Amino acid sequence: MAATTETIEQVKTLGQEKYKWGFVTDIDMEMAPKGLNEDIIRLISAKKEEPEWLLDWRLKAYRHWLTMEEPHHWAKLSYPKIDYQDTYYYAAPKKKDGPLSLDEVDPELLKTYEKLGIPIKEQEVLAGVRKVAVDAVFDSVSVATTFRDELEKAGVVFLSISEAVRKYPELVKQYLGTVVPHTDNYFAALNAAVFTDGTFVYIPKGVRCPMELSTYFRINAEKTGQFERTLIVADDASYVSYLEGCTAPMRDENQLHAAVVELVALDDAEIKYSTVQNWYPGDENGKGGIYNFVTKRAACRGRNSKVSWTQVETGSAVTWKYPSCILQGDNSVGEFYSVAITNNYQQADTGTKMIHLGKNTRSRIISKGISAGRSNNTYRGLVRIGPKASGARNYTQCDSLLIGDKCGAHTVPYIEARNNSAQVEHEATTAKISEDQLFYCRQRGIPEEEAVALIVNGFCREVLQELPMEFAVEATKLVGISLEGSVG
Amino acid sequence: MTNLIEIKGLCARIEDKEILKGIDLTIAPGEVHAIMGPNGAGKSTLSNVLAGRDGYEITAGSVTFKGQNLLEMEPEERAAAGLFMAFQYPVEIPGVVTSTFLRTALNAIRKARGEDEIDGIAFAKLLRAKAGELGIPTDMLKRALNTGFSGGEKKRAEMLQMTLLEPAFCVLDETDSGLDIDALRVVAEGVNRLRSAERSMLVITHYQRLLDYIVPDHVHVLAAGRIVRSGGKELAMELEEKGYGDLAGAAA
Ligand SMILES: Nc1ncnc2c1ncn2[C@@H]1O[C@H](COP(=O)(O)OP(=O)(O)OP(=O)(O)O)[C@@H](O)[C@H]1O
Ligand SMILES: [Mg+2]
Repeated sequence: MAATTETIEQVKTLGQEKYKWGFVTDIDMEMAPKGLNEDIIRLISAKKEEPEWLLDWRLKAYRHWLTMEEPHHWAKLSYPKIDYQDTYYYAAPKKKDGPLSLDEVDPELLKTYEKLGIPIKEQEVLAGVRKVAVDAVFDSVSVATTFRDELEKAGVVFLSISEAVRKYPELVKQYLGTVVPHTDNYFAALNAAVFTDGTFVYIPKGVRCPMELSTYFRINAEKTGQFERTLIVADDASYVSYLEGCTAPMRDENQLHAAVVELVALDDAEIKYSTVQNWYPGDENGKGGIYNFVTKRAACRGRNSKVSWTQVETGSAVTWKYPSCILQGDNSVGEFYSVAITNNYQQADTGTKMIHLGKNTRSRIISKGISAGRSNNTYRGLVRIGPKASGARNYTQCDSLLIGDKCGAHTVPYIEARNNSAQVEHEATTAKISEDQLFYCRQRGIPEEEAVALIVNGFCREVLQELPMEFAVEATKLVGISLEGSVG
Repeated sequence: MTNLIEIKGLCARIEDKEILKGIDLTIAPGEVHAIMGPNGAGKSTLSNVLAGRDGYEITAGSVTFKGQNLLEMEPEERAAAGLFMAFQYPVEIPGVVTSTFLRTALNAIRKARGEDEIDGIAFAKLLRAKAGELGIPTDMLKRALNTGFSGGEKKRAEMLQMTLLEPAFCVLDETDSGLDIDALRVVAEGVNRLRSAERSMLVITHYQRLLDYIVPDHVHVLAAGRIVRSGGKELAMELEEKGYGDLAGAAA
């Protein structure tokens, strides 16, 4: 059963084709000069025709950032020092600024999204398939937003954040930075200073958003950081389901992605936020890939409000990400469902924080970490029960699956309970894909890599079934693709 | 008529232990052979070696399956060529829904044979029909494969897979163990329904009882890594009466 040269060749090409989102779009770009200083920030702000208060906020954040240090002591991550002066902070496809109507968008860009499998045209939807509205962010700017009329009729605001600042300045000002302040952490401060685009969503009182909303982030330009900022506000008794997807070209250098996401749920509101993160992970020797430092936080401000984070993290060379919920409102609910897959030399340090402040607040954490190759995968989670959070409850389940014996899986739970009536439960397991399971599948005709994908998908099922149906299929495929080359 | 499978002088070891010490066995299309023998004789080892499980070293002999050298094929290639093994201890695969697993397996085999994949609706219909024949409730198909299944349910699930994949050659390793009499009958009926002029079977069992339902053409006794006796179905009856005592001695 020796591998022939032919199969070795095949496996090699597989390795190269594996990241099929790795192409580069050739398009004229408008770039700000490299490096970071106050002038660059002024330039970004001017490009976006921002009001004075926003420029002031950016500058405040920048000045604060200068006093901070990059947090590398506590996360289980190691990467070379990032040179913040060697990055472009603004890159936009030439043409006029801001999102255009669909027929005005550069066809090259439309092709890019088509290649990525993203429904940027408002195509006729087939029976039984729900509509999905898309905001497409290409490097530093949003290039298109779909289904605007239909959403407008429902009263839903779904815009790029730059446009929202122009059209709804009061609304943006009321909430921006209230969940993740500009001083929050190193990367959040950097983001506040230089964020270029992102999505703004406002769901008015009592409205159930009539379709899935989604944003696709695409890094294209070289040596460019992506710093998007997303703000979603769900007013009383409203509901929205939102999904973000991310891809980037294959490049040998590392690129920085430092995003901030803020969610606000008022009384009886519910936000379901799903992420399929598929940034370029680097090659099989650990060269290249995205550094993904992201701050995502939800404020469940209202009574009976609910926020549910679902993430499928398969990409990036380094992931540093802890989508969290601040459960302020009584009876509010926070959920975190996560699948994190690392292969080759990828590193992920991800988890959540559930901060229980209100009475009878509940949280649920289901984390599935899969490590293969020489990767490292850490779950890091905090459950804090404040003194006033009587009757608070948390359930945490962290399962790790190892493929091969050169990878690492780590679980780091922090529990702080300051109320005696709280109930906190934590369960953790670590397992390997067994030879018996693989042989069983192969005996039924399923080749080894497909068997691994099947078994891993089974392991993640609880989380994957939280995704909106349209994306669950995509995520299932992605699980298989990201583990290619992990066995044999 | 050409034989479906020809095993000649097959010797295999695991780690440093010689387990199969020269097996000769030839099965023609349509034939059902039973293998009986004491615990530890090498029956499961033989089925694992045929299915291509890792960890066995073949030290001598050959196996020809449909004219191909079986021992050079990967397990999934053997499956695509039509070899099916019903496991003595089917493994649990948490989270993988039984129907999803079955569809994945069927499509993998079809793909390997250059056939089109079966679409979701056609598959659902096929699965319902086959499950119905075996008295398997649709609930079970929605559960994770073998996970929390009772012993009987596991064996039924094996039969369902065998029925669905329509193999040319089935190896059943103690499919009867741990079954109550009703389950045994269901399993045997499932096997009998699959009997045909082209399909061959190798049925490993400790009990005459199964062979009352699945009547074999030939019975072999495997003891200490060798086939020490072969005969017709009456041999099974004789073994039931006398035990393996003498035969095991003959092998040493
Ligand atoms: N992984 C292993 N390592 C070492 N010895 C093994 C291993 N697997 C099987 N054996 C040994 O090989 C011999 C044959 O085992 P096998 O399972 O093939 O027997 P069997 O005939 O199927 O028995 P039973 O009737 O109990 O199912 C036994 O002595 C067993 O202990
Ligand atoms: Mg056995």
